[in-house]
Amino acid sequence: MIEISHITKAFNGRTVLNDISGIFEQGKANLIIGSSGTGKSVLLKSIVGLIEPDEGEVIYNGRNFTRADKDLKTEIRREIGMLFQGSALFDSLTVEANVKFPLDTLTKLPEDEKMDRVNFSLKRVGLENVNKRMPSEISGGMKKRVGIARAIVNDVKYLFCDEPNSGLDPQTSIVIDDLIKEITEEFDTTTIVVTHDMNSVIGIGDKIMFLYKGQKLWEGSNANILNPDVKELQDFIFANKLVKQIKS
Amino acid sequence: MKSIGLYVIFMGSLFTKMETFKTYVRRTVDESMLIGINSLTLVTIVSTFIGMVTTVQTAANLISPFVPTSVISTVVREMTILELAPTITSVVLAGKVGSNIASELGTMRITEQIDALEVMGINSTSYLVFPKILAAIIMFPLLVILSGFLGLYGGYLVGTLTGVVSGEDFIYGLRLDFKQYYIFMAIVKAIVFGFIVASVSAYKGYYVEGGSLEVGQASTTAVTNSCISILLADFMIAQLFL
Repeated sequence: MIEISHITKAFNGRTVLNDISGIFEQGKANLIIGSSGTGKSVLLKSIVGLIEPDEGEVIYNGRNFTRADKDLKTEIRREIGMLFQGSALFDSLTVEANVKFPLDTLTKLPEDEKMDRVNFSLKRVGLENVNKRMPSEISGGMKKRVGIARAIVNDVKYLFCDEPNSGLDPQTSIVIDDLIKEITEEFDTTTIVVTHDMNSVIGIGDKIMFLYKGQKLWEGSNANILNPDVKELQDFIFANKLVKQIKS
Repeated sequence: MKSIGLYVIFMGSLFTKMETFKTYVRRTVDESMLIGINSLTLVTIVSTFIGMVTTVQTAANLISPFVPTSVISTVVREMTILELAPTITSVVLAGKVGSNIASELGTMRITEQIDALEVMGINSTSYLVFPKILAAIIMFPLLVILSGFLGLYGGYLVGTLTGVVSGEDFIYGLRLDFKQYYIFMAIVKAIVFGFIVASVSAYKGYYVEGGSLEVGQASTTAVTNSCISILLADFMIAQLFL
C-alpha cells in the first residue's frame, strides 16, 4: 500500500499539484486520470522520487519515503518497477540485457538464476525468441512488454506505469492493460497507472483518482465512474463518444 | 557561476552511492573501447598530417646556409610533444568524443532512460558518467603518445621524401637536447584534457531538457566549452610546469 498526504508541487511559481492525498491499495490497479497538463505524471514522479514535492509525504507500507535517508530510499526504490511512457529501454542493450539489467546491478544472484528470471518475465509478458534483438528492432507494443518484463523481473512490490497505452493501437492497448491487471493480481503489487485512456479506466480501474488542474476532484472505481457527480469528470469521460453511447 | 556550481555538485554526485567495483571495471572497459579504440583512425590521420605539415612549413621558414637542417626536426619535436600532440589531439577528440558523450546522455535523459536508472535505485551519474571520465583519463594519454609518435613519423617521412632534410639529420635533430620532462608534461596535459572533455560533455548532456533540438544544442555547447576549457588549462599547465 502507498499513502500520499498533502502533496503540493509548484514550478516557477505555478502550482502543478495542490494538496493531493490518497491511498493506493495493494493488489489493485490504482489509476490516476485526467486531461493533459493536470499534473498526473508530476504526481507519479513525486511518488517514485524523481521529483521532490514542495510539501507532503509519500509512505510505502509505513515507511516514509519523503523523509527517508539515502539508504532507506535506495531500499524502497529497489522494490519499485516502472514502465515509462516511451518504455525507456536502454538503446545499447539487447532485450535480454535490458530485462536482466536490474538483476545485474542490484542483486548478486548466480547467472543461471538471473537467466531463469529473465526468461520467465519475458514469457510472462508474451515475448519469446526476441532475447537477442535490439530495442530498435521491435515494435512499440513489444517495447512496452519488455518494459513491463524489466519492471517485474526483480520481484517488485510496487509497479508504476506512466501512460502505458500512449502510441499504441487499441488492440495492443487492451493487451497491455490486461497484462498490467494480471501482473498486479498475480504478484500482489501496488500498481499505479497514469492514463487518460477511457478504455483503461473502464477495463482495469479498480480504484481511480481524477485530477483536474492539479487538484483531486474525485475518487472511486470503474463501477461508479460513469455516474459521477463532478462536472469536470463528466466532461472528461463523455468527451469520448463511445463512452457516451455506453452510458446512454 | 550557477553553471560552475552545478558542475561541482554534478562531479560530487559521482562519488555518492557507488556501484560495485566489478561494474565500474566492465563499464570502463566498454567506454575505453568507444573513446579510445574508435578514435584511432581519426587520431592517426590528424596526427600524421599535422606532423607532415609542421615539417614542411618549418623547413620553408628555415632555409638558410647558417641553420643546419637537423634544427627542423628539433623544432617539429618540441612543437609536437609540447603542443600539437596533447592539445590539438584533445581538441579533435573533444569534437568526436565530447559530442558523442553529450548526445548519448542527452538522448538518455529525454527518453527517460536516466529516470529508469534512478527509479531502480542506481546513482545514474556515478553509473553512467564515472566510467566515461575514467576511460577518458586512461585513453587520452595513450592516444596522445600515439599522436606524438605519428606526428614525428609523418614529419620524418615527408622530410626525407621531399628531400628537405636527410633521415640522419632528422633523427639527429630529434635526439638533440631532448628533455624527457616534456613527455611527462604531455601526459599530464592529456590526463587533464581527458578529464575536461569527458566531464564537461557529460555535464552538458546529463542536464538536457526538451527534445532532440536541445540534445543537438547540448552537443555543440559541450564541444565548444570543452575546447575553451582545454585551451585555458593548456595555458595554466604551461605556466605551472615550464
